[in-house]
Amino acid sequence: MILPCFPHWAGEEGIGEVSTVAITGLERDGMIAAIFSGFLLALLAPTVVRLARRQAGWLLALLPAGLTLYFARLLGPVSAGRTVAVSVPWVPDLGISLSFYLDGLSLLFALLICGVGALVVVYAGSYLKGHPHLGRFYLYLLAFMASMLGLVLADNGLTMFVFWELTGLASFLLIGFEHERESARAAALQALLVTGAGGLALLAGLVLLAQASGSAELSTLLQNGRSLQGHPLYLPILLLVLAGAFTKSAQFPFHFWLPGAMEAPTPVSAYLHSATMVKAGVYLLARLSPVLGGSDAWHYLVVGAGTATMLLGALIALWQADLKRLLAYSTVSTLGALVLLLGLDTVLSVKAATLFLLAHALYKGALFLVAGVVDHETGTRDVTRLGNLARAMPVTALAAGLAALSMAGLPPLLGFINKELLYEAKLQAPRAAVWVTGAGVLANVCLVAVAGTVGLAPFLRRRADLPKKPHEAPPAMLLGPAVLAAMSLLCGLFPETVANSLLSAAVSAVRAQPTVVELKLWHGINPVFALSVLTLAAGAGLFAARDVLRRAGALGDAVGRFGPQRWYQGLLAGLNGLARAQTRLLQHGYLRLYLMTVILTTVGLVGSALLLGGGEVRPMGGLGDVRFHEWVIAALILLGALMAVTTSSRLAAAAALSVIGYGVALIYMLFSAPDLAMTQFAVETLTVILFVLVVYRLPRFAALSGRGARVRDALVALLAGGLMTALVLIATSVPREPHLAAFFAQYSWPLAKGRNVVNVILVDFRALDTLGEITVLGVAAIGVYALLRLRPSSHPR
Amino acid sequence: MFSLILSTAVRYLFPLMLLFSVFLLLRGHNEPGGGFVGGLVVAAAFAFYAIAFGVPAARRTLGVDPRALIGIGLMVAVLSGLPSVLLGLPFMTGLWAEPTLPVLGKVGTPLLFDVGVYLAVIGVMLTIIFTLAEE
Repeated sequence: MILPCFPHWAGEEGIGEVSTVAITGLERDGMIAAIFSGFLLALLAPTVVRLARRQAGWLLALLPAGLTLYFARLLGPVSAGRTVAVSVPWVPDLGISLSFYLDGLSLLFALLICGVGALVVVYAGSYLKGHPHLGRFYLYLLAFMASMLGLVLADNGLTMFVFWELTGLASFLLIGFEHERESARAAALQALLVTGAGGLALLAGLVLLAQASGSAELSTLLQNGRSLQGHPLYLPILLLVLAGAFTKSAQFPFHFWLPGAMEAPTPVSAYLHSATMVKAGVYLLARLSPVLGGSDAWHYLVVGAGTATMLLGALIALWQADLKRLLAYSTVSTLGALVLLLGLDTVLSVKAATLFLLAHALYKGALFLVAGVVDHETGTRDVTRLGNLARAMPVTALAAGLAALSMAGLPPLLGFINKELLYEAKLQAPRAAVWVTGAGVLANVCLVAVAGTVGLAPFLRRRADLPKKPHEAPPAMLLGPAVLAAMSLLCGLFPETVANSLLSAAVSAVRAQPTVVELKLWHGINPVFALSVLTLAAGAGLFAARDVLRRAGALGDAVGRFGPQRWYQGLLAGLNGLARAQTRLLQHGYLRLYLMTVILTTVGLVGSALLLGGGEVRPMGGLGDVRFHEWVIAALILLGALMAVTTSSRLAAAAALSVIGYGVALIYMLFSAPDLAMTQFAVETLTVILFVLVVYRLPRFAALSGRGARVRDALVALLAGGLMTALVLIATSVPREPHLAAFFAQYSWPLAKGRNVVNVILVDFRALDTLGEITVLGVAAIGVYALLRLRPSSHPR
Repeated sequence: MFSLILSTAVRYLFPLMLLFSVFLLLRGHNEPGGGFVGGLVVAAAFAFYAIAFGVPAARRTLGVDPRALIGIGLMVAVLSGLPSVLLGLPFMTGLWAEPTLPVLGKVGTPLLFDVGVYLAVIGVMLTIIFTLAEE
């Protein structure tokens, strides 16, 4: 079926070179417009829903449909080996640009995102008809679509990361869409935390990658090929990137968030958690496999995680009774298989992965949408209750049947071709081919049973126990499943059309060399075909025994009890406990202890830095040149301090403190810092007023602190004072940077039209700092207001 | 608590302090002064007023909720940075009008920024002082 890969390409470029002939300017700008139009429409969606009500779904779907056409038009040039690149400077100082790059792999994803997106948007309009927050739903959904497009088209690593996180955020909002339900909120948070943690790892990985390779542009990385693999940072980069990919694509042991995400409305499950977002991790692996792939570490980690996920998902799926959870676990299994194939890193395995990506999106998207239809029309998703729906819902049944047969791998559907290719790739795996193939057969046997349970049994089974009398769904909800199922059939009947254009281009991108994919529906009887037949037969047997299996499903519960879901819950509970404990420890509410903590920490940190780093104190001149009035001010300040610590009246203490403040202001005055002095005077005056306002009504000190506390306080005070004195002495010993003062003195007038350097710095040279400071002041004032005013109302004012 | 001496003194000092604060604000760019210290002087004036005649009277005289002043001040400060953006210069680049006005002196966006600081400081201080005094 598959011929060996012959790199017959249009040009004479060397292997590993992908031609970067630009397409037209219009098409390049179109790419940016394609991404950002989605965000724009997302913002408009609530308004559109309000105005268009019934037709909103159809209206909003025009954009994704149009984008599908736009990307389909690029199919020709891209499959001829061209790429589209466009770059807009974003943060030029950090070398970050808003750059996008489209090759075969991006195009495959973009087509899936927009095509399935259009169908899901139409579907959702009917599925959520009359929902009070339909506008909000579309906002999230379209924002997700735009983010996902940005993710698969991004060239710059950090740009990709931003979109990566945006998809996670949109997923969070969509899973928690029915936020009145506790379980939806918990599932949304779980998905966000797991994928968010992976996202942070990915960020670190991408930054390291950019450092190690000297470029943050993925297209440049691709051209450099696997030269990085000897780099000392290679392993850290690989681990971090894999952490990002595995969490996003629900690989073991992070797979548990995906079944939880089924709390989302069904269109979301079909779109995000089956056809697109969960494949972002697969996309990342495929995108970076020309750079990071092929090493031993890559092979063992990726193949290992993929195989474990593939088996685990397929086995757990067997004893699920809920349609969506069945599909979710089978999706986990598929994601595992995709990762496994990319880990094998052969031409054949990449071909199989690419085809699988397409075939899975088509049949699984259809099945999810069918599950939504069934749920919508019968009121249940429990496969033990569903049955006999074929007569009431013929179109749904037909779409479901086709999709299920594709999933099971029956000819003439795309799934059949796909399964043959899978087996061929696994048989030719470079290492442990027998084991890999065996695992694949086992997983596929389970998936055949799942396909029957989901796509055939509800429609053909005789027994039924339905809450509602079923009717055929409205056209908007039939369009999606029908189109996707028909695509499965058409692509199966005419595989060479897809293979020649889309798949060849995608495989070439992942292999970073021109590769041709040739697909045929029938290629005779051979070992691969025998495996296919074996899978179907065993799967049919398993399907027949499914009810027995489900009743014996205690094993599944046991896995749930000790599985990673539990680790997650434990980790979360531990984190909350730690937060509570440290809050109790540190936020005790005693102002004096807060003060002491702050002071001692400062003394400790600054003091140790001084002792270790050592500032030098220049010996000062004697005290001979201190003049009489300066002595007087110093004495005044000292007396004020003495008074403040000894008095037993609050008011007197406040007044004594302000004596110190005024004394300091006088010193500023004497040493020609009038601005400082003036501000100090004003601040002191206001401080006294504030103190008086607060203290006026308080009684005299009821109890003075005991001897021990006083000694402690005195020690803390002496330490703080000593540190400040040392700092001032050191600061004045260091020769001042002369050019700063000179700069301000010189440029204050010509650049800022002011002679008062202090003020010019405040309002012109460093105005942004001042803006920050007054913002902080404002926040502090609001805080004071809130503390004093917004107390529990039981406390009379 | 009513003090004749305080209330009489405040009656004369209050307008003087307000005038002085404006003086400080306007001369700030070339001589000691500026929006920050000007705002503090206004706050002190109103604090005296509140002590002498009560917080409700002080609030009436101020005429604006001090909390609103915080927002207005911050907004003025931010807005003063925008004209330069419209001209393609970095945010907060100082721009000056050519003709010098008789009382204000040189007029430019930094002066507007200083007015923002002035208003924000008044708002912050009076929010705190009035709230505390009403306790």
